[in-house]
Amino acid sequence: MRRSVPVLLWVPAALALALVVLPVIGLVTRSDLGRLPELVTSPAALDALWLSVRTGAAATVLSALLGGPLALVLARGRLPGLRLLRAIVLLPLVLPPVVGGLALLYLLGRNGFGGQVLALFDLRLPFTTAAVIIAQTFVAMPFLVIGLEGALRTAGERYEAVAATLGAAPWTVFRRVTVPLLLPALGSSLVLAFARALGEFGATITFAGNFEGTTQTLPLLVYEQSQADVDAAVAVSLLLVVLAIVVIAVARPRSIEGRL
Amino acid sequence: MTLTVDIAVRRDAFALSLQLSLAQGEVVAVLGRNGAGKSTLLSALAGLLRPDEGRIELGGRVLTDAARGVHVPSHLRGVGLLAQDPLLFPHMTVAANVAFGPRSRGVSRREANALVAQWLSDVDAAEFASRRPGQLSGGQAQRVAVARALASEPELLLLDEPFAALDVDAAPALRTMLRRVLRDASRTALLVTHDPLDALVLADRVVVLADGEIVEQGETRSVLSRPRTAFTARIAGLDLVGGVFGPSGLVVDDVVISGHAPEPIADGEAAVAVFAPAAVAVHTEPPGGSPRNVFGAVVGGLEPHGDMIRLRAGRSVDGPSWVDGLAADLTAAAVADLRLEPGTRVWLAVKAAEVALHPVAGGS
Repeated sequence: MRRSVPVLLWVPAALALALVVLPVIGLVTRSDLGRLPELVTSPAALDALWLSVRTGAAATVLSALLGGPLALVLARGRLPGLRLLRAIVLLPLVLPPVVGGLALLYLLGRNGFGGQVLALFDLRLPFTTAAVIIAQTFVAMPFLVIGLEGALRTAGERYEAVAATLGAAPWTVFRRVTVPLLLPALGSSLVLAFARALGEFGATITFAGNFEGTTQTLPLLVYEQSQADVDAAVAVSLLLVVLAIVVIAVARPRSIEGRL
Repeated sequence: MTLTVDIAVRRDAFALSLQLSLAQGEVVAVLGRNGAGKSTLLSALAGLLRPDEGRIELGGRVLTDAARGVHVPSHLRGVGLLAQDPLLFPHMTVAANVAFGPRSRGVSRREANALVAQWLSDVDAAEFASRRPGQLSGGQAQRVAVARALASEPELLLLDEPFAALDVDAAPALRTMLRRVLRDASRTALLVTHDPLDALVLADRVVVLADGEIVEQGETRSVLSRPRTAFTARIAGLDLVGGVFGPSGLVVDDVVISGHAPEPIADGEAAVAVFAPAAVAVHTEPPGGSPRNVFGAVVGGLEPHGDMIRLRAGRSVDGPSWVDGLAADLTAAAVADLRLEPGTRVWLAVKAAEVALHPVAGGS
């Protein structure tokens, strides 16, 4: 049954929608449609697009490999101080990404202690593609952790308890019960994380810099071109909009449509 | 497998402390209201909860020993659990659900498939093998859950209100099926329930739990039909009379009680007649005419019971002895009209349609 929404609420709702949709339309009207194909296929734009997709995908995978287990520990663990830990995990969500980038730089940069450890192995992170991935993972992983942890809490431990009484060892329970039941939530969380990684700007530019081909992702390219060639910036922005719409349309995570 | 339990669990405002032992092949029902500690007991047995004190031993293996810090994890206990909800894994077919236990124990795929076929047919669910749990009704899903629990070959099976979530129509069939599979393999099982009927049909023995302690225990029929504590009587909340099933009804001494049997009972099988105290009409003169079950008795006692007055029957000089303890619920007005008081001669009448006949555990 559909309940009618009070008419009074339609006004702010329409405003909210306008706030989301109108800027995109503004972007389209401002764009120079004649030069659009040429601008979005410029070598710089294609390089940035390819780099964005690669680093975004890598950051998403890294988020899943590290953030998935973290979500499980947060949801199922019985450690003291878990609440504090949960709050800390949310830090990248509330922290301005630039601050996150600076923090990463001072940890993993040449003078940071992490950087000095890496230097022993002749590794240097800042201003490399790897740094882009780390910056993106830093900002994107909390989305995955929150999504999965919420799903784990909602699902409860009952299926896992039953699996254990059927004689399944913890790893079997994880592999055959926990993960399959989590797949829908995992899908939507991965999309959210990927989308966030794709749009990452602040942490990337502070930690990884802005070098065409190695660290210049699409948002960084937009920023750079907006200083010089506004038409190009608008064109690349439209590219990002299309990419975002594709991600949402292809994955169409149920949790984004429904619950979340 | 013999089970011995002697544990204490304390949580904020709740304490459970009990000793219990089950012989090989014995089915024991734990009766109690919500919050009596039934679920806590099951969790401790299944290894989902660590008791603060005590030991749990199953077939000579120590599963829990709080003093020595022994706590065998759930998956190594050999303790199966059938809960109120079937909790079939929604992402697997019915067959894969049943195969889950054997496969987790390292049974080969082929052997597991054979077990699946055997158990599914045992619970009359063979035709659902390739379905998803979402396509089953509550009763079908619970049957599959029984097959799944038994396929993992637990040494002890825990049944946690296994019929509570089912339709009234589905429960009797499942109860009968469970009775059969428990008897056939002489399984050791602990059944937790608040429904005395579950205990009657399935259990050899009942343990009545109140506020975390055992208040009464003994052979199912005698505990429920002659509750020694008011608490048990309230839990039981039913009148029941034990006898032997015959062609025209339940034969008790030389009286026949007619009723309906939700599930077929064989002639000569031990059975009980169960009816609600509210279904018992009380007369001070022998009622004539209609085909009723009528038993002579005297008023043993009268006590308030909600808005009603509960009459406890006693044996009259020439009446049957088993009426002793039967309850009848009357309005205060009826008690006044009939001028009932302890010792008054009465006739208790119950319509055959209000009497359910059930086979009982341990009788056959």
